Amino acid sequence: MKPRHRRFAMVVGGLAVLGIGAALILNAFNSNLVFFYSPTQVSAHEAPVNRSFRIGGLVQAGSLKREADGVTMRFVVTDTARSIPVSYKGILPDLFKEGKGVVAQGKLGEDGVFHASEVLAKHDENYMPPEAADAVEKAQKAEQESQKTLVMEKTGGSGR
Amino acid sequence: MNWFKFSSPQTFYPLAGRLIPVFWVLAVVLAVAGLYIGFFVAPTDFQQGDAYRIIFIHVPAAWMSMFIYLVMAGWAALGLVLNTRLSSMMASALAPTGALMTFIALWTGSFWGRPTWGTWWVWDARLTSELILLFLYIGFMALHASIDEPRRADKAAAILAIVGVVNVPIIYFSVKWWNTLHQGASVSLTRAPSMATTMLLGMLVMAIAFWMYSIAAALSRVRSIILERERNSAWIGQLQESR
Amino acid sequence: MQWGSVGEFFSMGGYAEYVWGAFGVTLVLMVGEVVVLGRRHAAALRDARRLARAGGPR
Repeated sequence: MKPRHRRFAMVVGGLAVLGIGAALILNAFNSNLVFFYSPTQVSAHEAPVNRSFRIGGLVQAGSLKREADGVTMRFVVTDTARSIPVSYKGILPDLFKEGKGVVAQGKLGEDGVFHASEVLAKHDENYMPPEAADAVEKAQKAEQESQKTLVMEKTGGSGR
Repeated sequence: MNWFKFSSPQTFYPLAGRLIPVFWVLAVVLAVAGLYIGFFVAPTDFQQGDAYRIIFIHVPAAWMSMFIYLVMAGWAALGLVLNTRLSSMMASALAPTGALMTFIALWTGSFWGRPTWGTWWVWDARLTSELILLFLYIGFMALHASIDEPRRADKAAAILAIVGVVNVPIIYFSVKWWNTLHQGASVSLTRAPSMATTMLLGMLVMAIAFWMYSIAAALSRVRSIILERERNSAWIGQLQESR
Repeated sequence: MQWGSVGEFFSMGGYAEYVWGAFGVTLVLMVGEVVVLGRRHAAALRDARRLARAGGPR
């Protein structure tokens, strides 16, 4: 190849790389700047209609159920203000747990149930050994217990 | 001490040659220490098990990918403004190592995301902007290589590097500004780190090891660039026998 | 230390392919860069010397 041709090929290659980069930016920032919608946003009709989108929030404690067919999972995604029931056919990721973060992609059905085609676990930025996590959990439970007793005392312990 | 003395390639070449072994030794010693802490001292994570250990290379590589870009753009800008050859050579020497760090951050992130999130890749703001960083490094190198006259190549690539700086804060703050699948920062200047001490220590030691590696690699590359670009200068001829 | 045996260490709590896939590729790439850097410098030095011997500095 002559140097002139080589240079031309390099320029074309460089432009192609930049072009692909720019296309990726535009595409990603168009549709994915909002990577997921919270249940509150969905109930306020901020989420796209008739199009697949993602919802994100926490898996409500005690809401995970397996249907009779053995592959369909049902759970509720909540942002503590609003919540949306989700149904999903498939294998859940390792870190999918009740009370933990989740992002699900799919469509909102007429029945108000979100039919997910993909479920991803969203973990937080805390890293600690299991013993420390246990200690934190115990401390939180103890605090909740003491708050409960306080409430009971306030309401005069009305036989509950 | 006259620092400007070292701004000429002729005096910088032997200085870099003396510094490189120091940085290689530091990089290896710190990496061994960091890996020992990461694999044998740091405990298992309560939710991610041992998969979290990828953090010991993922975070250092991701930090370096952003930091090297800023340093590279700084040298490139200096070369553009002050018209110093060595500054532009430093920028060119940093680009491949920066691209490597970016690739490592993306690769290890993918191998971490698969078992924890359940996917190799998502187009969220953090991952997408880090991929754009890789394209910026490749674009810088391709643009530089496409122009035959070195000083013109320096100037054109410098402009690309400076424009691309805007992407670095986007990467860093993406997890705050937008909803992302990627979690927020565990270590920041504004609050206490949300990691167990030994985990944090292993990560910081590895980060310094990656830093030393990057300095050694960039200095080694800049020596080659000096030889390649100054081969017609008188001082290179005198370099014959002594390295 | 939490590892009971060498095998336990290498199985990484069931995440072996991910952990070693990440660390292995990183090691190969970094060692690869060092090798490439060494070769480039040796070649640059060789060329510079040849040029100096052939015509001397211009």
